[in-house]
Amino acid sequence: MRNAVRRVLQFFRREKMIHSLFLINCSGDIFLEKHWKSVVSQSVCDYFFEAQEKAADVENVPPVISTPHHYLISIYRDKLFFVSVIQTEVPPLFVIEFLHRVADTFQDYFGECSEAAIKDNVVIVYELLEEMLDNGFPLATESNILKELIKPPTILRSVVNSITGSSNVGDTLPTGQLSNIPWRRAGVKYTNNEAYFDVVEEIDAIIDKSGSTVFAEIQGVIDACIKLSGMPDLSLSFMNPRLLDDVSFHPCIRFKRWESERVLSFIPPDGNFRLISYRVSSQNLVAIPVYVKHSISFKENSSCGRFDITIGPKQNMGKTIEGITVTVHMPKVVLNMNLTPTQGSYTFDPVTKVLTWDVGKITPQKLPSLKGLVNLQSGAPKPEENPSLNIQFKIQQLAISGLKVNRLDMYGEKYKPFKGVKYVTKAGKFQVRT
Amino acid sequence: MSAAPAYSEDKGGSAGPGEPEYGHDPASGGIFSSDYKRHDDLKEMLDTNKDSLKLEAMKRIVAMIARGKNASDLFPAVVKNVACKNIEVKKLVYVYLVRYAEEQQDLALLSISTFQRGLKDPNQLIRASALRVLSSIRVPIIVPIMMLAIKEAASDMSPYVRKTAAHAIPKLYSLDSDQKDQLIEVIEKLLADKTTLVAGSVVMAFEEVCPERIDLIHKNYRKLCNLLIDVEEWGQVVIISMLTRYARTQFLSPTQNESLLEENAEKAFYGSEEDEAKGAGSEETAAAALPARKPYVMDPDHRLLLRNTKPLLQSRSAAVVMAVAQLYFHLAPKAEVGVIAKALVRLLRSHSEVQYVVLQNVATMSIKRRGMFEPYLKSFYIRSTDPTQIKILKLEVLTNLANETNIPTVLREFQTYIRSMDKDFVAATIQAIGRCATNIGRVRDTCLNGLVQLLSNRDELVVAESVVVIKKLLQMQPAQHGEIIKHLAKLTDNIQVPMARASILWLIGEYCEHVPRIAPDVLRKMAKSFTAEEDIVKLQVINLAAKLYLTNSKQTKLLTQYVLSLAKYDQNYDIRDRARFTRQLIVPSEQGGALSRHAKKLFLAPKPAPVLESSFKDRDHFQLGSLSHLLNAKATGYQELPDWPEEAPDPSVRNVEVPEWTKCSNREKRKEKEKPFYSDSEGESGPTESADSDPESESESDSKSSSESGSGESSSESDNEDQDEDEEKGRGSESEQSEEDDKRKTKKKVPEGKGEASSSDEGSDSSSSSSESEMTSESEEEQLEPASWRRKTPPSSKSAPATKEISLLDLEDFTPPSVQPVSPPAIVSTSLAADLEGLTLTDSTLVPSLLSPVSGIGRQELLHRVAGEGLAVDYTFSRQPFSGDPHMVSVHIHFSNSSDTPIKGLHVGTPKLPAGISIQEFPEIESLAPGESATAVMGINFCDSTQAANFQLCTQTRQFYVSIQPPVGELMAPVFMSENEFKKEQGLQGGH
Repeated sequence: MRNAVRRVLQFFRREKMIHSLFLINCSGDIFLEKHWKSVVSQSVCDYFFEAQEKAADVENVPPVISTPHHYLISIYRDKLFFVSVIQTEVPPLFVIEFLHRVADTFQDYFGECSEAAIKDNVVIVYELLEEMLDNGFPLATESNILKELIKPPTILRSVVNSITGSSNVGDTLPTGQLSNIPWRRAGVKYTNNEAYFDVVEEIDAIIDKSGSTVFAEIQGVIDACIKLSGMPDLSLSFMNPRLLDDVSFHPCIRFKRWESERVLSFIPPDGNFRLISYRVSSQNLVAIPVYVKHSISFKENSSCGRFDITIGPKQNMGKTIEGITVTVHMPKVVLNMNLTPTQGSYTFDPVTKVLTWDVGKITPQKLPSLKGLVNLQSGAPKPEENPSLNIQFKIQQLAISGLKVNRLDMYGEKYKPFKGVKYVTKAGKFQVRT
Repeated sequence: MSAAPAYSEDKGGSAGPGEPEYGHDPASGGIFSSDYKRHDDLKEMLDTNKDSLKLEAMKRIVAMIARGKNASDLFPAVVKNVACKNIEVKKLVYVYLVRYAEEQQDLALLSISTFQRGLKDPNQLIRASALRVLSSIRVPIIVPIMMLAIKEAASDMSPYVRKTAAHAIPKLYSLDSDQKDQLIEVIEKLLADKTTLVAGSVVMAFEEVCPERIDLIHKNYRKLCNLLIDVEEWGQVVIISMLTRYARTQFLSPTQNESLLEENAEKAFYGSEEDEAKGAGSEETAAAALPARKPYVMDPDHRLLLRNTKPLLQSRSAAVVMAVAQLYFHLAPKAEVGVIAKALVRLLRSHSEVQYVVLQNVATMSIKRRGMFEPYLKSFYIRSTDPTQIKILKLEVLTNLANETNIPTVLREFQTYIRSMDKDFVAATIQAIGRCATNIGRVRDTCLNGLVQLLSNRDELVVAESVVVIKKLLQMQPAQHGEIIKHLAKLTDNIQVPMARASILWLIGEYCEHVPRIAPDVLRKMAKSFTAEEDIVKLQVINLAAKLYLTNSKQTKLLTQYVLSLAKYDQNYDIRDRARFTRQLIVPSEQGGALSRHAKKLFLAPKPAPVLESSFKDRDHFQLGSLSHLLNAKATGYQELPDWPEEAPDPSVRNVEVPEWTKCSNREKRKEKEKPFYSDSEGESGPTESADSDPESESESDSKSSSESGSGESSSESDNEDQDEDEEKGRGSESEQSEEDDKRKTKKKVPEGKGEASSSDEGSDSSSSSSESEMTSESEEEQLEPASWRRKTPPSSKSAPATKEISLLDLEDFTPPSVQPVSPPAIVSTSLAADLEGLTLTDSTLVPSLLSPVSGIGRQELLHRVAGEGLAVDYTFSRQPFSGDPHMVSVHIHFSNSSDTPIKGLHVGTPKLPAGISIQEFPEIESLAPGESATAVMGINFCDSTQAANFQLCTQTRQFYVSIQPPVGELMAPVFMSENEFKKEQGLQGGH
């Protein structure tokens, strides 16, 4: 009875979906707020700050926080917190996905998703948020449509605007939302028609102490940059589509066609977008293009340790490995490091204890190495664990899985487009345990 | 500091690239400081004729709003510009208006006429935006205007405007929930819409306004399934979660007959129509006779849903993938759930927030369906760069997945983790090892040895955690581990973490016979430091003392007494209590010898080893992917996932029929239209929409060309025609194919003659087969059975009221007259049985079975058959939450007609209710034939009082005044909680 009474008393109309959004920077300032329904006081963010304090690390702030009257769902992107206020049950991923979409849009519009960029363009930000969400429910989130509604700022345009008094709100009304191809705007015209595809593959791997692979997997994406007039209908086929084990698609891709013929057939959005992302089946052995020799040791009862790593190429298919960077999170007791690289340069941040070694290219004749001494806090016990090494690298003109685009055909338009495919392989989450 | 300089400076400043934020300028900062003239410059700018100045002012105002500054005093100046020609100024004015209209309602009304004009604009986008802003202004006085606008927009030519109308529905509902009935009408109309643009938004409105009206979905079910793939991502999520609930009420559990299913799955959806058709008619009796024997056949509609959602696992949106995953988890047969694992694992590469949510769900799933994720074990390996919260979740999943075969690899991984720098994570790993050790007997010793090694770790937290876990493991086989206990005893000198100390003491006490030498010594040490210990340790010291006293009283008698005396004067009353209690038990006294004789049995009884379980064990009673699941607590507005019904409700409700009379007149026309209809569902631009823009008209012609195979009306590029065809077909063909299936099915069905389905020729064939094809104008007539899903189809038996022990007390209000001839009494018994049967049927469709099953016990009389002129009405409190409104008590009303004329139009008439009490009426029952009975559910919010709810029960001819007075006990809401939670609650209450 009691419980029931309380529940009735508490009852008032709760609205679904996203109620408000607060943008908070790293030092805890709320620098933007937007409410899609009635206003929720900023003080609700106190719960968030509390959780943030408890988490110590920004990465460990729980994405969902329950407060007496609201739920806060937040994401952390580019040193900013996007905190949304929810009142009732809603799938958390729905909100998280949306917030990331908002951040992506800012990135797309302003080139970066930073506090400065948002503050500089606060009116555009507000207009975007207004269009993206209606009464808390997502309305227009496709970049093509948004760009028709609200033109992204460019230096040229703002100069022109200030002279002519015109604005950056589109005065022609968007057509994309009205058609059944909601991702593409109408009336696209280019003098040079081009379609470029970047096949980017990332190797996720965990290599254990002895150099054997614990886990390795290839994750790939195909990013497209399409500048084609009219309503082109493209189909992209692969030499070896069976390689793709698990694929996720941009909404423009016709699923059925892929299922039956393994051909990507689509009417593309205008501009840059991610066509597919895929995983190469883990059954295939993944070629690991680099190896690392390492010897890191801390002496008991002494305030120094030794650090020595060497990187070498392995299974690189005859291509040069470049852009190598090694990042190491050293244990807390490390005070400083005195190292000599045979190649590239290194930095050690004594506050965050992060060692970064920018290696550059590998030349097989002389393998790059980094050697030297580690200064430890005296008196402190030696660290038990050796730090793991995070490695970044890049190999141009190679898709490590062997995926090859066969051909790109265009239908529906008469002109001849420029076509191009570029391959690149990178390290994803590539970690060597020591 | 006058306004003028700042004003000019602003003008100069406007040349700067994209710099709307003048609030930061020193000049404008100065203006803020002078209170009276505040915003004067802005007002001035807004009053000019120059658009550029107005724009500048609006930009500054919006910047203020964005920073959370109050700009409400500018309202009059801003609202004047609502009719401004400049589109950007207008937009910003809208932003302002929506933000402040609630605070300045009177002034906001000034803007309404502008929007009303906008609603009539020939341009659909202006119509839509006018409706959007109008419905966003939260001013109660304009509710009628909003209602009108929504109604009009719902039948707009443009799907975009209709979409906006769907968006406006929840806004109006939150402003004034009295409009519910009218809004439901609009929702019903929009649900029939067959464009993908509208579908997501209207389902959203449905979920917010009337999620309990599942009956509205029946006719649109197949259409929604088929459109799903073309709906935008956000709409997909909402539709999928709604369909999950729908399927749980309408279909049978696919897991109930696993083995039979394997053979039948395929047949089920191509060839089982005969079963279906027969089933519809004879189901009732057959199912009643042998409910368990009937082989499970998946409803084709159930299959349709599973098939049409599967491709969405490949969506780029994590939310959609999760929605499909939960749908499969809750609805698919076991053998098919596996497909979601791959997609979920893919999401683990996404942003860390996404990982966090997905891992929580995977953790829950991996308990129930371990095999599903086993192939992906390595994807859950932990990197040192993962955030701690992700690490711990991955660890949880790894632990759940560990089994006899993969345990060596898992343990090897764990070994790496133990050396991590992240101590919270190490502690979690130790617990995980403990769990693996308990679950997999083979590795118990290995784990134990590993943990013992950790006891010499330098980090105290690690040691403490190990001690706690070792304690639990030792309990399983204490005899062999005297050495370990000795080792632990030594640790008491060093280890300070209370939980670990307490664990060691308990171990020594429990197994003191294994360490007879050391135990008294430990007690001695602890007695010395007793006062300085934490409470939890003190309790264990008392415990140890008592156990030693019982086994080894010679050595420890004095020590024990000393400890007990110390405890007697402790600050904490738990400890004082315990001391008193222990003393009485163990020390023999003059009177109470009886207990102390059994003290040894009490203290040293063999104790069962603890079970180490996942904290995710009970979570799957929440719908996966929901906020409630994530928080492991019921979130506001969470709707319980209904349990499967025991018998399937009538599947024919989803058939889309066309009323007889329209069929005749329209047959010719329809035949012509038939094909375009099919392509419509793919091309989604209906014939009603005049070509608004180029792409649309183009697409329409495309879709025609696809269906009419070369009618040649489209594009000049004839060589590309095939391709054009694909353009539309590709994405739509999924739905098309299923339609074809449907078509095939119904073709077969026709000769069979399907029960009550009135259709008899190909005309209806096409119309009933594809739900989307004929949802246009006749929607009103089609809703002949508004709520049949919850009303049990009347059983074959005749009826009569069950005369009951309840007096006529409840009928006090009832005034009326004449007495009808009493029907023959012989019927009574059968009808009661039939009623009960019906009762259980309805219940199971509605609510989880774990709630107390309803029997006829609580049945009370509402209207006696004599008083009711042959209509007898009983009611029971079903003790289940009313699906529509959590504050309502659901009441089952059973009608039986014992007269010899049909009773028509049974409904609730204007209730006269005391304050606070409200009623959710049951849907009208059109007709109750003589001898028949029916059940309906209504919700009453008694407002937690025991006041009676008085209302009228009307038939076409008569009205009866009835009242329901709730016993106190019926007002409580059932709450589901797991055993653990219950224990926790119990603990809280038992406390201090």
